[in-house]
Order: sequence, then C-alpha cells, then structure tokens
Amino acid sequence: MTAIPQNRASTNSLGELLPPLTRNEAAVESARCLMCYDAPCTHACPTHIDIPKFIKKIGTHNLRGSARTILESNLLGATCARVCPVQELCEGACVLGVEHKPIAIGRLQRHAMDYAYANGVSLFQPAKDTDKKIAVIGAGPAGLSCAGELAKRGHSVTLFEKRDLAGGLSTYGIIGLREPVEVALAEVAMLSKLGLCIETGKELGTNLKLADLQANFNAVFLSVGLGITTTLGIPGEEYILDGLEYIEQSKLDAHNLVIGRKVVVIGAGNTAIDCATIAKRLGATQVTMVYRRSEKEMTAYAHEYEFIKREGVRFSFLTQPVRVLAENGSVQALACVRMSLGSPDASGRPSPQPVAGSEFLLEVDQIVKATGQEKPSLASLLNLKTDKGYIQVGANFETSLPGVYAGGDCIRARGAASTVMAVQDGKLAARSIHERLVAHG
Amino acid sequence: MADLSINFAGIRSPNPFWLASAPPTNSGLQVHRAFEAGWGGAVWKTIGAPVLNVSNRYGAWHYGSQRMLAINNVELISDRPLEVNLREIREVKRAWTDRAVVVSAMVESKPETWHDIIRRIQDTGADGIELNYGCPHGMSERGMGSAVGQVPEYCEQITRWVMDVAKIPVIVKLTPNISDIVMPARAAVAAGANAISLINTLNSIIGVDLNTLEITPNIGGKGGHGGYAGPAVKPIALNMLAALGRDPVVSGSKLPISGMGGISTWQDGAEFLLLGASSLQVCTAVMHYGFRIVEDLCDGLSNWMDEKGFAKISDVIGQSLHHVSDFNNFDLSFRAVARIDQKKCIRCNLCYVACNDTAHQCIDLIAKDGTVVQPYSYDIRASGKDDAISTRPSVHVREEDCVGCRLCYNVCPVEDCIQMLEEPSGRPPVTWKQISDSQREVTEDWEKMKQYREKMGIHIH
Repeated sequence: MTAIPQNRASTNSLGELLPPLTRNEAAVESARCLMCYDAPCTHACPTHIDIPKFIKKIGTHNLRGSARTILESNLLGATCARVCPVQELCEGACVLGVEHKPIAIGRLQRHAMDYAYANGVSLFQPAKDTDKKIAVIGAGPAGLSCAGELAKRGHSVTLFEKRDLAGGLSTYGIIGLREPVEVALAEVAMLSKLGLCIETGKELGTNLKLADLQANFNAVFLSVGLGITTTLGIPGEEYILDGLEYIEQSKLDAHNLVIGRKVVVIGAGNTAIDCATIAKRLGATQVTMVYRRSEKEMTAYAHEYEFIKREGVRFSFLTQPVRVLAENGSVQALACVRMSLGSPDASGRPSPQPVAGSEFLLEVDQIVKATGQEKPSLASLLNLKTDKGYIQVGANFETSLPGVYAGGDCIRARGAASTVMAVQDGKLAARSIHERLVAHG
Repeated sequence: MADLSINFAGIRSPNPFWLASAPPTNSGLQVHRAFEAGWGGAVWKTIGAPVLNVSNRYGAWHYGSQRMLAINNVELISDRPLEVNLREIREVKRAWTDRAVVVSAMVESKPETWHDIIRRIQDTGADGIELNYGCPHGMSERGMGSAVGQVPEYCEQITRWVMDVAKIPVIVKLTPNISDIVMPARAAVAAGANAISLINTLNSIIGVDLNTLEITPNIGGKGGHGGYAGPAVKPIALNMLAALGRDPVVSGSKLPISGMGGISTWQDGAEFLLLGASSLQVCTAVMHYGFRIVEDLCDGLSNWMDEKGFAKISDVIGQSLHHVSDFNNFDLSFRAVARIDQKKCIRCNLCYVACNDTAHQCIDLIAKDGTVVQPYSYDIRASGKDDAISTRPSVHVREEDCVGCRLCYNVCPVEDCIQMLEEPSGRPPVTWKQISDSQREVTEDWEKMKQYREKMGIHIH
C-alpha cells in the first residue's frame, strides 16, 4: 500500500469541524441518554448499532466495551461517527428530540472510537481458518465492511482497489472537515490486522478479470461504487472542474489546489455542498451554488443546507448552466438560463423547464460540478442484470451471476446512498457469503 | 405571606432553616456570613474534647451527572481550640440577636466534664445546646458520639448530667446507626431533654478505587467508615422522624424535633415539617452550593405555604403524620392501575422493559394496526428516523392484569405521563390485621388463602 501522503489538509481550515468531546462532556451526555428499550435510534441506524448500550458503557468508563459494541455492528464506526447524517438517522429518531436536544450520538460514538484507535485496542480475533477465499472488489466502505466481516469469520479475503489508497470515498471523497484522511486510513489498518490482503492499483476490467477471480476465489463481492461525475453536455465543459477531484485534492494535496476568487458550484447535493465549503474556506471571496430546481427539491440534507448558508455561500436556484465563457484558457463567466418547474419527471420531482429569453451571465473564474455520479459502468461490462442502471441484487446481495455479490453505492437504486448503508450492505452480504460457503462445504 | 418564624423549645428564629452542626458552622466568620445570607439559625460545629483531623476527609457518591448525591466524612468535632470557639460564639450571638445560635457539644462521658462544657456554653449567651450522640467515626472509638447514641442507657445518663446544670434548652441529637430510633429518643424524654434532633450521619464506606484498590477517599493508604449524609439519606431520615411522631411516649412528651438528613430544597424541608419536624437543619446542600441556597429554601416554602393556606410554620408541623401507618393497616382492597397518556409518551419503552422483565408483564407493545408486537420486530434492512418513528409501537397497560405496582410510574422519564389511576376494586376495605384477627387460617395456610381469594374475587396472574 502506498504511504499516506504528507501534503494533506488536516490542520488547515478544512480540519475536522467538531472538536472531540472531553471525557466529562461525554460522561454528561451519556448520563442524559434515557437508555430506551428497543431504542428508536438503533432502529434508525442502518447498521443497528446497539446505541444505548455503547452510550451507557461510556458512562461507566468501559470505553473498550463501548467500542466493541459499535464495531460488532459496524466495522467502520469511526467513519460513520463522523459522516453519518445523524439528523436523519439515530439522532433524528431520539425520543428526547421531541422536547429536548437529542443525544449527541455521533459525537459519543466518535469518543468511543477515538479511544479505541488512540489506544490501539485490538477487539477482534479472526475465527479458525475456513480455507475459503473471497475477492472483494473496491476498498470503500461496503468492501471494507464485507471484507472485515468475512475475515472475522475465518475466511481468507483479498481486497482489490484501483486507487493508491484504500478507504474509497472515506479517504478520497468526504471533505476533511467531516472526516480527515487519517481516520479512514486508521480504519483500513485496523481491518488489515484481521488478516485482509489489500492489493491497490487493481481494477476490474483493466488489470483484473472477473473470470480469473471466479476461478481463484470461492466468492466475489463487488463494491465498486459509482462512475465519474455526470456530463453536463454544455460548451466549455472542459473548463469545469470535477467536484470529486476537487474534494480529493483538498484532502490529499491541498497546497496545490487552486481556488478561484469567484466560484460557482453546479449542483445542490451533499457533494456540491462539500465543494462549496472547500472553496469558501480556502479563500474564495464569493461562492455561488447553482441548481436547476428549487430549494425544495435539493438533495442535500437539511442540516447540510443550513451549514452551507452559515458559511456564507449564495444560492442561485432555478438556474441551468448552458455555456462556459473562457478567454486564453481561463474561465470568465458561466452563461445560465432561468428555469421554471413543470410536471413531475421520472424522479418524481417537478421537471425544470428553461424560461425563454432568460439567459444571463454569472461572472466567475472557477466552476466546479457536483451533479451526481454516473451509474456503475461495470454492470454492463460484466453483463450483470441492472435496476435503473445500478447492479441488481437479490435479498442476499447476490447478483445475477451466481457467487458474485454486490453492495454499496453500486446497488443503491433506491434511497439515499450513504456510507452507513454501504457498511450494512457489506455486513449483510458477508453473512450471505459465509452461509453459502459454509452450507456448501 | 406566610410567617416562617419558629419557636423551637424556646429557641426563636426568623425561619426554620438552621445550619446543622458541621463544617459550615466551624467558625464565627462562616456563621456571620450564613446569617447575612438569611439562615434562621446555626448549630455550631461540635466543641468539646481535643482532636486532630486528617486530609481527604470527605468522600462523595456521584450518580450519573449528579455530583454529591451523598457525602461521607471522617472529620471530627471542631479542631479549633475551645476558647476560640467560645469567644466567637459569644461574638456571633451578640451581633445576631434574632437568630438561633445553638452549640453542639461532645465531651468525655464524665459528669464533671459535661457540667463544665455546658456552663461554658451557657456563658456565651447561646440560645441552646445540642448534645452530639451521633458522630459515627473517630469520636465513637473514644466512647463518645454514636457510642453514646447507640446505647439508650448512656443517652439517658449523660442527658441527666446535662439537665442538672442546663439553663437553656437542650436538644438531644440521635444517631441513625441503631435498629430502633425510638429507644434513644425515649431515653432523651426520660432524662428530661427539651428537644430531639435527628438524624446524624450513617455509617458508610463510599467506595473502592478500582485503580489502586484502596478505599475512597484514601487517607495515606487507609480508609474506613465515615458519616454518610446528603440527598440520598433523606428517606431514611423521614422514616425515623415519622417513627418518633408515631411513638406514644415520644410524641406524648410533646418535645419538638429538629429534622435533618438530606434536606436540599424547600420541598424537602416541607416534607420534614409535615412529618413532625419543627426546625430544619441543613448541611450537605450548603457544602455543595454555599450559604446562598437559603434564599430559595425560605422563598419556596413561603410560596408553597401561601398556596396551601398555611399561615405559619406550626400549621404545617405534623400534618402528614396521621397518614403514616404500617402494612398491617393498609387497605388490601385499594386498587390502582397504571395508565399511560399516549399524547405525552415519548416511546422510550422503559416502562415496558421494567414491567416485562421485573414486574408483572402487563404492558404491551401495540403496532399501528392494533396488533401486539414483540420488541425489535423491525426488519434488519429498515433504517432512518422516519421508519423508526412511524413504525414504533405504542405502549399500553393491560389494566385487567395490572397489579398497580407503580414500577412503570417510577421509571417513566416524562412528567405526568403515567398515572396511577385509583379504581374501585369492588371489594369492601379490609386490612391484613383484620383478616388475621378474624380469619387467622387464611394468613397461615395457602389452601385457605386460595379459597379466600376465590371468594373475594382476587385474581393474581
């Protein structure tokens, strides 16, 4: 594995937003938890971490037990503690939210995880070797979760990752403000101790063939994520920066990241918000988010929207970019048209229609697009059945190819893609794979 | 506005709240400041025999985020020279004629020693004397404090010596470290004491340090039992106070009782008054928050008295005593059932698990469609706040099976969410005493008991 790059943003203005809870803060917060039975927070958590249990263990200073409780349900507990949209999940379901402040579950989870990582606590030992080999393609959250769960059960797992570093979006795609690279890589290191073999620079369809994998492994798990950022198909698109690359550079090579003075971010999802945050925090004087629908339809979480408004980012809703104006290779302006909302489209949201004669220019010198990622291209490459372009899986996460399983963003045809959903996919797929391999001898 | 002033065995004070004999009344400087804050009286920290103290003398029990739910201490009586204490007592009393200045005393168990200390206290102009028969550590090992309080005969003997020379009211302070609090109280009555106070601290070990395996607090590698006080002991104190109020000898003597043991708020104080205390002493709450708390003690008590129509403290004293009784006299036909207010319920399910695991299994989880469901019955793939909230079952009491144990009511974190509804049982009132007097066999033979239940229609599932 490649060493962690030294030139990365962890101490600049993109360093972790929330400070860790002090021991006393954690104790007070833990005491506030009512310890609900069959708790709604646990129900709301896609990985169903026994939240009251780990919180009360913090209260009794059993941090080792607390960390174990978390990791038993979710091997990427340190990442999820930071990146989960807790307002929509555990904290959103907290019974204290009705009249009080919900328990800060995410931050308490981070407290327990930080303890485990800071103290090098080794919580799991792999079971007796089963002599079964599984290939996991893609070392993002779904892949790591699946690989870790399988390794715990005594299987021999090889993780193939096309990038230099494992961790997937945790390493490359989540703004450092929420998750520093170190956290993602520490998680990879912890899982490696379970005996995972991680091979980086290996990409299915390039230097890795599915047939070989099927021949050499007892099962394959695809956790390949999504493709590149969607194409806008407008003149001058070559001047537009890719949002995911923008985030990646801010995490791994921040010193060489050029930030415009006036920046436009196209899109209004969570990635777009991350891009706008980076631009704003690293020196842009004006950041505008451009979105073709209205505030109501934007896909970013409500708390993210609130956050970015506080950062001082502007919004231009019902605005569609049509053309980039550049001079001598540098961006001058973004031509846009106004939109109006029509009847619902395939996504169920009102379809935006251009307003005739409404074209106007936004004066900018940097444009970043974060308009969603392409569907996984591997699906067609491997001849897998798909569902709305995503890899289709059954209830046991098996694809249309027997013995080939999939999980994570690449199967997320329904619902919001998130790290924690990917972790749960990996965990459940690992169970299915284990059952299959054990049952079939 | 209610009149908070009291006359306790002849000792007057503008309000019933006195500082108990303890570290807060260790010096004239402190008592001056306390009186400035509004305290009605102060019982000076016990003076008497020479002593030396140790460090790490206070331990504390914290629970959840509540600091100092109880304190324990191995501090001895005043370690300041007797002459200094007596001089300061005189100065304080001279400056604060309207406040109660009571002096706690403890000396060796000899008549002449007691005579001497009582005379010297009286010379200061103090309003009263409290005899410390309660200190459970250190002094007891020297034959004083609780070593006296635990033996009613010693109590009586020493109190008699004191009464021989006492010209001001004498209060006998009782130790709770005894099986029947009534016995030493009767001894005080027999010896002619003017008043009783209770409770002193309880024997306790606060804990063990899990790193060093030493006792907490650690005093040079050792630790041991110390006096336990604070909010945690209040129910014990209330019970002992009520026991005195219900004893014909003690209550018949009409001796006033100064109540203490965990009083932290005006509500606590009001409860002590209602169970028969006529002055109130406070220590741990002051050691936690300072003298300033007396303001709300008085303000809250006064407002409550106004609301309830009590004009003066004596109207409050003992008003709840007649409600205190023994199990033998409780109405076995009295029936209460729990009812959950669905509008207030936050669905924490604490009542459900308490009832289901440890009580009588009569709370059900009911799904939206009206069916009874088991906990954790959601799909493993379900997630998100909307799913968690919208599919969460509600908790309902099967009232026909509810024995009215009140556990759910006690665990519920929401105010007024669970009510204990009093419902007619349809049976005539009857006490265990009545049954055992009229149908003794029912109380001695399970077969007869079964028949009795059948006859009365008592079904316990």
